[in-house]
Amino acid sequence: MSEGAGAKSAAASNADSEKEQYLSFILGQEEYGVNIQKVQEIKGWDTVTRVPYSPPYVLGVINLRGSIVPVIDLRIRFGLERIPHDATTVIIVVHVPGERGERTVGMVVDAVSDVHDIAAEAIRQPPDALGSVERVFVRGLACLEGKMLILLDVDGLVLASVSGISKAAA
Amino acid sequence: MAATILAVDDSASMRQMVSFTLKHAGYTVVEAVDGVEALEFARSNSVNLVLTDVNMPGMDGITLVRELRLLNDYKFVPMLVLTTEAGQDKKMEGKQAGATGWLVKPFNPEKLLATIAKVL
Amino acid sequence: MSLDLEMEEIVKVFFEESFEGLDAMESGLLTLDAQADRETINTIFRAAHSIKGGAGTFGFLEISQFTHSVETLLDEMRNGMRSVTPDAVQVLLQSVDVIREMTQSAQAKRPIVTVGADALSGELTRILAQKGASTTATGGDRSPDPSAATPAGMQLAASGAANAATPFVGTQAPVVPIAVPLDSIAGWRITFTPEPTLFQTCNDPLRIFHELTSLGSLDVSAHVEALPAIESMDPTLCYLSWTLVLRGQVEHARIVEAFDWVEAVSKIAYEPLLLDAVSGEAPKPAAAPAAVAQPRQSAAAEATALAAVPATAAKTSGDAGSIRVATEKVDALINLVGELVITQSMLGRFGEKYESADLEALRRGLIQLSRNTRELQESVMQIRMLPIGFSFNRFPRLVHDLSRKLGKKVELKLSGENTELDKTVLEKIGDPLVHLVRNALDHGMEMPEARLAAGKSETGTLELNAFHEGGSIIVEVKDDGAGLNKARILAKARERGLVQPDELLTDEQIYNLIFVAGFSTAEKVSDVSGRGVGMDVVRRNINDLGGHVQIFSSEGRGSTIRIRLPLTLAILEGQVLRVGKEIYVASLVSIIETVQPTRDNLSSVAGRSELFKHRDSYLPVIRLHEMFDIEPDSRDIAKGLLVVVEADGRRASILVDELLAQQQVVIKSLETNFQQVPGLAGATIHGDGTVALILDVPGLLTNFLERQSGRVELAA
Repeated sequence: MSEGAGAKSAAASNADSEKEQYLSFILGQEEYGVNIQKVQEIKGWDTVTRVPYSPPYVLGVINLRGSIVPVIDLRIRFGLERIPHDATTVIIVVHVPGERGERTVGMVVDAVSDVHDIAAEAIRQPPDALGSVERVFVRGLACLEGKMLILLDVDGLVLASVSGISKAAA
Repeated sequence: MAATILAVDDSASMRQMVSFTLKHAGYTVVEAVDGVEALEFARSNSVNLVLTDVNMPGMDGITLVRELRLLNDYKFVPMLVLTTEAGQDKKMEGKQAGATGWLVKPFNPEKLLATIAKVL
Repeated sequence: MSLDLEMEEIVKVFFEESFEGLDAMESGLLTLDAQADRETINTIFRAAHSIKGGAGTFGFLEISQFTHSVETLLDEMRNGMRSVTPDAVQVLLQSVDVIREMTQSAQAKRPIVTVGADALSGELTRILAQKGASTTATGGDRSPDPSAATPAGMQLAASGAANAATPFVGTQAPVVPIAVPLDSIAGWRITFTPEPTLFQTCNDPLRIFHELTSLGSLDVSAHVEALPAIESMDPTLCYLSWTLVLRGQVEHARIVEAFDWVEAVSKIAYEPLLLDAVSGEAPKPAAAPAAVAQPRQSAAAEATALAAVPATAAKTSGDAGSIRVATEKVDALINLVGELVITQSMLGRFGEKYESADLEALRRGLIQLSRNTRELQESVMQIRMLPIGFSFNRFPRLVHDLSRKLGKKVELKLSGENTELDKTVLEKIGDPLVHLVRNALDHGMEMPEARLAAGKSETGTLELNAFHEGGSIIVEVKDDGAGLNKARILAKARERGLVQPDELLTDEQIYNLIFVAGFSTAEKVSDVSGRGVGMDVVRRNINDLGGHVQIFSSEGRGSTIRIRLPLTLAILEGQVLRVGKEIYVASLVSIIETVQPTRDNLSSVAGRSELFKHRDSYLPVIRLHEMFDIEPDSRDIAKGLLVVVEADGRRASILVDELLAQQQVVIKSLETNFQQVPGLAGATIHGDGTVALILDVPGLLTNFLERQSGRVELAA
């Protein structure tokens, strides 16, 4: 038994014990992932009420079983080309910690893919030049069956998106 | 069979304290908020012991004892008045009204149970 | 429930009771000031007595000790031994404050600070030391009437025995302990001759003897000489007396304790048996006394686990008609009803679209559902409603103390205490009201001399009125003082640059200047209310509640502050309106009326503002579509509708495309998941399931005026 094999099996057993599940979704050419624990539900497109003084990526608010939930368009947020919303559009509803308890927010994506188990070990730091998605929203990159999955930091993304109403109000 | 005690006090917290202590010791407790309610209850129910505060609106404890002694069923029921240390004269008044004895406030649960044990 | 938890619950009750008792003491003391009334003094005394007793029982010794002196003073007053003086009342009022503070500390599990209590204790002691002018003839004589000791119907057995027929009455004096060194005691001989009526108080000599046996070995001999013949024996009387010999090293006090309850109605002699004297004593064997009373059961309180018998409470405390419910539960219920309203509304709209006769039954059902839902909603909202008296009740004390402090004479009149409003609104209106009242007393009310000089009565009147009007509650703070001095306010505003030198303002606009932050025309800033930080906060608080405040004043005659508040916070009486494709809801509280503008009423000033002539004034036109960046039906004002609104004394008109229904809407927060948006007060779910935004009219006005003029507005 060579040392290399022993080290590898040790690494494998470590990785097994630290897996997280991620829901992956598609936005343009890229595939992203969010921690499944943050996901409350996935719903179809709904009538959105526009809210004045919001940044362009905040489409407005919807009625989610009686709660007023803001909806962020991730294409706009990440600077991608806008596409029309229709029956195939998907909203991923997430909950993140906020100042007054939990915040529920919806994110508009192109389509939802799958749920993957990803070991903490397998997550890599994103390179410095990362394109339009602000580095600060990205937890890391994972390689999955040859594809790259961009793992998002949902808490940070939401916080940065729903606070700070544009000063156009004054 | 558990002895039944009628506890009379206009202060809910005191009533609850007494009730709580006595129930945990196995007694059955009936509460009344003042003399009038207690007397009303006593007219058609009997108990094994009456424990009453002195200072209550409506009918005070001394009057209650006096009234209860007039009821047939209550001639020989022990009655204790809860009095404060300042009330030497209250003790006398209680006695004359027919009270068996007294318990000085503030009292602790042990003292309450020991005193009741003396008469039940 | 565990012992500790249950005790905690009971202590909580004690705290609640104590606060209620303190409130009762306070209002009682305030009426005592006017006239001393026996029943009131008794009530105050009993409250203090209860607090003292409870505090002692639950271990709050500082509270118990301090309250004791308060109780003593009150006791003297109620016995007529001391007259009620304003100074004494003041000290008692201060004592109530101190007890309240200490109780609050105890409740919050903070250490109880006794600084205030110690200071006042000194005061109380001083007062108690003075001879209180006695107000009744029967001064300090408290010994009971001897003749009262003989119960009716008592027959004494005629006998020549040692136990004479004379009824002995209780002696006031406690038994003097016999001072003999304990180690020289071998025992005691006790002769015990009780009053014949002993049994009638259910005192059983056997019980006492039994207790003595726990102290040492006891020999008992009964004296039966006084027993009459059977035929003339009254079974309820005690004809016996006893001689007891207790062997053991026992303190006198312990034996006295055993006889405590009967000591006052018996003749008891204690003779210590000293060690060297013991030998010759041969006590008679204990003869079972031929007592008529049945020997009682064992004195030991066995904790027989007879939990099977459930406790029957005669009644739960005091208020039979109510239960306490946690606010969260009520809120949850209100939310559910809100959802029901939305669902019902959605179904209702669905039913509207279809004409077929088959659906007639459905339509009837929906109408019924609508009614049921509305009634349910009204009932549920009612749960949260409380009378405004809860807020008003702090004012008698406040006005009393403050007027005393300021040297002014003021009479407080309250009306409409039963007017109900939502619990949260009630809680939040308290502080603003306090500030307004303090202001009225400090600045509005003149000194007695000034009032007389002005031909007014020396005592000023301050009124707090509450009543329902429309779907709102109106609260007025009204004083007959000096009124607002327009010239001075205007001068001050000009001085501070808030008003241009040549600007003309209406009376109302001048009065509203006092709501600006930091504005105060008081010559010297008093610690009461003069710093001017209060009024802007007052208005903001009222606005936050969805209400608004108006000032009316007449120089020399007085001022009235009128607050309009919504009855509830969760539900809004709203006007649904449309601008382009967007739907908004505006609170009816802010809407004066809606008008169809015509070209002649419209004008514009230097390209800066558009004005609409409404009755006799010119109102700015707010283009909501511009502020919110919406595509309207038309940009031509004459093609739209103008909703005339009022907020904070200012009026404006909002341009909309169409007015839809007037309805009650459930207010939902935008801040929970999103954030506060300027110009919006929240959101609601419209009948079709989509979100409609609720306008914040005061905020809109402010924003609009700021944008227009580019300077800080008066009513910021």
